[in-house]
Amino acid sequence: MILTEEQKAIWNGEKGENLAKVMQTMIRYGELFGAEKLVPVTSKYNHLVTSFGLKALGPVYDLMDKLIQEGALSQQQFSCDPRPLDPNVPKNFLQDFIFKNFMYSKQNFYEGQLKELGLMEKDAFTCTCYMDEVGNKPQKGEVLSWAESSAVVYANSVLGARCNRNSGIIDIMGSIVGYVPYFGLLTDEGRKASWIIEIKTTKKPEAQLLGSAIGMKVMEDVPYVKGLDQWIGSTLDDAACTYLKDFGAATASNGAVGLYHIDNLTPEAKEQGEALIKEGAKVYVIDDAELQRVYDSYPVVWKNPDAKPKLCFMGCPHMSLEQLITWTEKVETSLKEAGNKKVVIPTVFTAAPGVIKKFEQTEYAARLKATGVIVSYICPLMYMNNPLCGKMPVITSSNKLRTYTTARYYTDDEILKQITKGGNK
Amino acid sequence: MKTFTGRVVAPGEVKAEALVSHGGLNTLASFQKALQFGDKMATCGDQNNTDLYGKQMAGKALCLPQTIGSTTGGLVLYCACSMGRQPACMLFSQPIDSLAGAGVILADVWLEGENTHMPVIDSLGEEFLNYVKDGMTITIKENGVIEVA
Repeated sequence: MILTEEQKAIWNGEKGENLAKVMQTMIRYGELFGAEKLVPVTSKYNHLVTSFGLKALGPVYDLMDKLIQEGALSQQQFSCDPRPLDPNVPKNFLQDFIFKNFMYSKQNFYEGQLKELGLMEKDAFTCTCYMDEVGNKPQKGEVLSWAESSAVVYANSVLGARCNRNSGIIDIMGSIVGYVPYFGLLTDEGRKASWIIEIKTTKKPEAQLLGSAIGMKVMEDVPYVKGLDQWIGSTLDDAACTYLKDFGAATASNGAVGLYHIDNLTPEAKEQGEALIKEGAKVYVIDDAELQRVYDSYPVVWKNPDAKPKLCFMGCPHMSLEQLITWTEKVETSLKEAGNKKVVIPTVFTAAPGVIKKFEQTEYAARLKATGVIVSYICPLMYMNNPLCGKMPVITSSNKLRTYTTARYYTDDEILKQITKGGNK
Repeated sequence: MKTFTGRVVAPGEVKAEALVSHGGLNTLASFQKALQFGDKMATCGDQNNTDLYGKQMAGKALCLPQTIGSTTGGLVLYCACSMGRQPACMLFSQPIDSLAGAGVILADVWLEGENTHMPVIDSLGEEFLNYVKDGMTITIKENGVIEVA
């Protein structure tokens, strides 16, 4: 790899032993993928995936301590994935005890480390940092050192920024040295599609289901999706961005997609069109039957598949303001149809602290509260990652949550029926 | 017995029993329970991986196409190595992905200690993954050569 004089000096240890190891890590990481140089990180803010003070991640905190002690801090401020705990979310005494005293006993300690390393502000905890209400929204063409699979795929695809699917720790190391290796999704060639996805459904495909199907098919390749604009339009308005947020998260968690192009919609597809498609690209046709096949393939891992759901989580990734508002209306309407006043399954909608603050300034906040739905900034995935929650029959319309936990996936319409009418009928 | 040659990502010689995943290894989903709850054998918790779900990964020669899923993947591998709950080696049929690559490099650069190392070979080819079966014995030789018997 060709290094600048400044990069060589860091590598040689002139700015400290641990900073030299950070540079060595970034160089070796880049060399593994054929990078010939390091390029500057140009975004204003970074975003980190590790937000949780999980006792089991002791080696990560030790590493962070080494960096802090040497003054090897992030050159950018950063946001971070959602907190794993929120007192507003229902839990029993035992769960509460285990969360605070066993699993996330390092939360306060780790948040202290994040503050020292460069956290944007005390509530900068969300997986949707790119929301206007949060303020970490990179510009087209900017180079990022982000992690968080759903945020990376959104930044690349919807915003046109450039970021590889970096792992946790690599994210902050790029920010500490100020450079990332130039390979993969940072390059023009790496952003070309090796799959053509043809959407031939008879109705608007469920975002989380479509993303899951594509992720499982293309794995880490770049798909170019044709025919979706007929269902979600050709303008990146709030509804389209919300759809792509959920779609992208499913492609990234059910597969390993870091970038997708939507014909006639996402920025690079609008500019370059089918010139983004590589010669010999494979074709995957998605119709109603294929989506049903994918849906039917999900295993149900509840001990009792017929158990009555005890909790419903919506918002993995965190919901947008547009989603909170439209879901308030949907829940109200469906409750009225059923003759119910409140949701019949404890239900939590999750969103970024900044989005919740904005939502609370609208009339919808009181209306949603009246339905019994709880709004929280929690990470549902981190909430569910323990043996007690693992045994709970939890339902969700998040394909990411389904993938990483025992939560059972239902479509948005099915979830709405379950939480308002008590059953999938 | 058959030999395959790939690229050395992290060097080392090892002999271990094969454990095969034909689909991508979702690192977070596979390791998180083991790391959180003291399972030294690292029983795979990924319900979507029908090849690995419920099987012990620590000490095995883990054969896979690539890793998938959350970008915590690299730090999860790093923690598994740090705690001595990593596979004996990881053998990728495809070029290694960015998450697994990060985890392997992080462990190689930052960890010291006897039971923290994990040899890794990638680009072994599709034929390797078609040939190898659970329970076979894998020996990693020098220069990216592995023997499967």
